[in-house]
Amino acid sequence: MTQWLYLHARAIALALRRLGGQPVGTLLSALVVGIALSLPAAGYLLLDNVASLARGVSGTPEISVFMAPQSSPAEVAAVEKRLRADGELAGYRYVSRDEALRQLERSGLGDVLGGLAANPLPDAFVITPRSDDPAVYNALHARFVDWPGVAHVQLDSAWVERLHALLRLGQAVVLLLAGLLGLALVIVTFNTIRLQILTQRHEIDVSRLLGATDPFIRRPFYWFGSLQGLLGGLVALAIVWAAVQVLGVPAAQLARAYGAVFTLAGPGVRDSAAIVAFAALLGWLGSAISVRRHLVERLT
Amino acid sequence: MIVFEEVVKRYPGGYTALAGVSFEIGQGELVVLSGHSGAGKSTLLKLIAAIERPSAGAVRLNGQDVSRLRHRAIPYLRRSLGLVLQECRLLTDRSVFDNVMLPLVITGHPPRDAAKRAAAALERVGLAGREREMPLGLSGGEQQRVAIARAIVNRPSVLIADEPTAHLDAAYAGEIAALFGSFNAAGVTVLVSTHDEALFAARRPRRLVLGKGQLVGEAA
Repeated sequence: MTQWLYLHARAIALALRRLGGQPVGTLLSALVVGIALSLPAAGYLLLDNVASLARGVSGTPEISVFMAPQSSPAEVAAVEKRLRADGELAGYRYVSRDEALRQLERSGLGDVLGGLAANPLPDAFVITPRSDDPAVYNALHARFVDWPGVAHVQLDSAWVERLHALLRLGQAVVLLLAGLLGLALVIVTFNTIRLQILTQRHEIDVSRLLGATDPFIRRPFYWFGSLQGLLGGLVALAIVWAAVQVLGVPAAQLARAYGAVFTLAGPGVRDSAAIVAFAALLGWLGSAISVRRHLVERLT
Repeated sequence: MIVFEEVVKRYPGGYTALAGVSFEIGQGELVVLSGHSGAGKSTLLKLIAAIERPSAGAVRLNGQDVSRLRHRAIPYLRRSLGLVLQECRLLTDRSVFDNVMLPLVITGHPPRDAAKRAAAALERVGLAGREREMPLGLSGGEQQRVAIARAIVNRPSVLIADEPTAHLDAAYAGEIAALFGSFNAAGVTVLVSTHDEALFAARRPRRLVLGKGQLVGEAA
């Protein structure tokens, strides 16, 4: 175990020396990897922010059930009784036709109805379901619409559903972007390790002659790829943080213009660790493929 | 200790470097392998270190059939050998000390013990105090001594050298030959290929002479 740790420590030291031995190349590789990774990382962060903003703006979506204008008080009472007994509802509020008219007058639109002989507005119930799942809303809508005396059921969850669909699309785009740019990272590392193997050819051959095993030869390259990926991940994090600092104020101003309070949040500790670990993993993968492709064929 | 049984080595393209060579070398022997260029000396040494595989026949080292070794076992075979090649094959970006340390690093020796051994090996070849120098700053003879120190640092029971004096002047060559003689005197089996047998004559080595891939002469 001690020997295993010693060999890994030696491999890490060698990988660091190789990284430090070509500072410009290391910096450029880290920048390439970092810029490539910052795009999906920023996309993920943006979606996360939009999702939390949407949650804050929408509050809890509601369903409005409008009774037919000619419905009887008995029918209204029957609907209320069924709502009271419904376990899927968090609550409901009855808005009588008279109250609806008063609300309309308070909003300044009372004149619109001033010329009519009678109040044309219907009795209504404003319902809050327990779940905010769009599927639950649709099921409730289908149920309410069949009740006697109900003329119309209006979902105000439609836009939430559209937003969820947009977020799902955004997540798919980010995933695709992450896959493509992750592949780019693997290719960059693959090529870097290929060049490393070419420049270290003499050392590799000498080490083999002196009894070096395959893992001994491969280990520094694995660490090199992983460390290069890790550096790229740190660059990506720095880019994302810088973007958050630059875009935070204008984003908050835009949100305020729409009556919302919004603060663009940077990646948390868990997300940051995940980005760096993901980058290191891709670096390791690129180096593993390269070592397999370029080193195994040189075994003697 | 080293046994060749009807060993044939044919390279791709049809060139036959060894054509049925058989001999045995016992423990503690000093053997000088001679012959003209292209006689098969280097190939013979490479077969012992499993750098090449025989096309036919068997090569045994300490009872182990080298020609049938699995790829994974080859590094462990090489660790039991001290190998000095015609070109020193030193790492020019590492110090003399780091070059000599390399076999010990490969075998995962504890650093402190490895450093002691490397210092002792360098002292043995007369390079004490030159540890921090870089190989390219040394003469050809000194570089060859570093290669020898690297070969003996693992305390091998067999030392194989492929024309270690080929590029050295007479004075340096004599020093290197004397070094091999001293290792042999310490009980190490030494097999050296050379064009200049006279260098080792004082140690009264056993001679194997190769010609056109065959053993054409042998004398104790």
